[in-house]
Amino acid sequence: MVSPSMRIDEGCDLDSDNSVLMREKLAVLIVDDDAVVRKVHEKLASQLKVAKQVQTETATNGKEALDLHLSGSSFDIILMEMDLPIMDGPEVTKELRAMGVKSMIVGVTSRDSQVEKTAFMVAGLDECLEKPLTADKISSLVETLEKKK
Amino acid sequence: MEVGQMQRRLVEFTKSLFVEGFLDGQFLQLQQLQDDSNPDFVVEVVSLFFQDSEKLLNDLTSALEQQDVDFKKVDAHVHQLKGSSSSIGAQRVKNACVVFRSFCEEQNLQECMRCLQLVKQEFYLAKNKFETLFTMEQQIVAAGGSIPATEITSF
Repeated sequence: MVSPSMRIDEGCDLDSDNSVLMREKLAVLIVDDDAVVRKVHEKLASQLKVAKQVQTETATNGKEALDLHLSGSSFDIILMEMDLPIMDGPEVTKELRAMGVKSMIVGVTSRDSQVEKTAFMVAGLDECLEKPLTADKISSLVETLEKKK
Repeated sequence: MEVGQMQRRLVEFTKSLFVEGFLDGQFLQLQQLQDDSNPDFVVEVVSLFFQDSEKLLNDLTSALEQQDVDFKKVDAHVHQLKGSSSSIGAQRVKNACVVFRSFCEEQNLQECMRCLQLVKQEFYLAKNKFETLFTMEQQIVAAGGSIPATEITSF
């Protein structure tokens, strides 16, 4: 099993006018069993110019995502694929919420069934987005996050 | 061939990939993620896709050759291929997967076998197109030129 990986990117130009208002750090967890999707979503998240530092971590299945939290990690945004091995997206989401995790959990799926998406939302998601993710979709998530502060 | 001519050929070729449906807007997202700190990002992601998907296609082939086909397993593989192909903008591969999944749901073995052939066809076509694209880019860089940005308004 691949262990979760973490990377830190300097999210923005400190000389920008907004640097005073910009948050110090944004931590994003990408949970997906597909390596291509993880690579793309991690890069999308790390390019966000919304924090002085954007920290991304990845997990390849639901259990890894849960273990990360059990070992004390916390994230601002969790991008959670619905179909995961060992423990799927809805199961992990339910567990995380039961544990008291208040992070923004965003379901990500290429399934088109409304029934399945609704069931995923009910598990405790803040939002459910269709794959593939784009820079705009991720930016608007961060906007929502900022509004909730 | 001089650099300007190579660059024009690349622009035309890239345009044709969008027009013929090989690529969709998601590929532009990938290109926009590439920068000086990660100058080979697109090649890396696309190469990873073709590497991983080749294995997925082999798994699909053996899954459909079983005495008792597990359509749920087949569907799971196709679902994964749909997700990864859509994340790099490989539109025709993705669309072939969508059709494939509908036959998995119906548990129609004959149609699933046909779909597998179609997906493989699209996969190898896409691989060929990407290889041509990257070769053209390499030639431009080797000749001292820069890769022109893809402008979606031009088509």
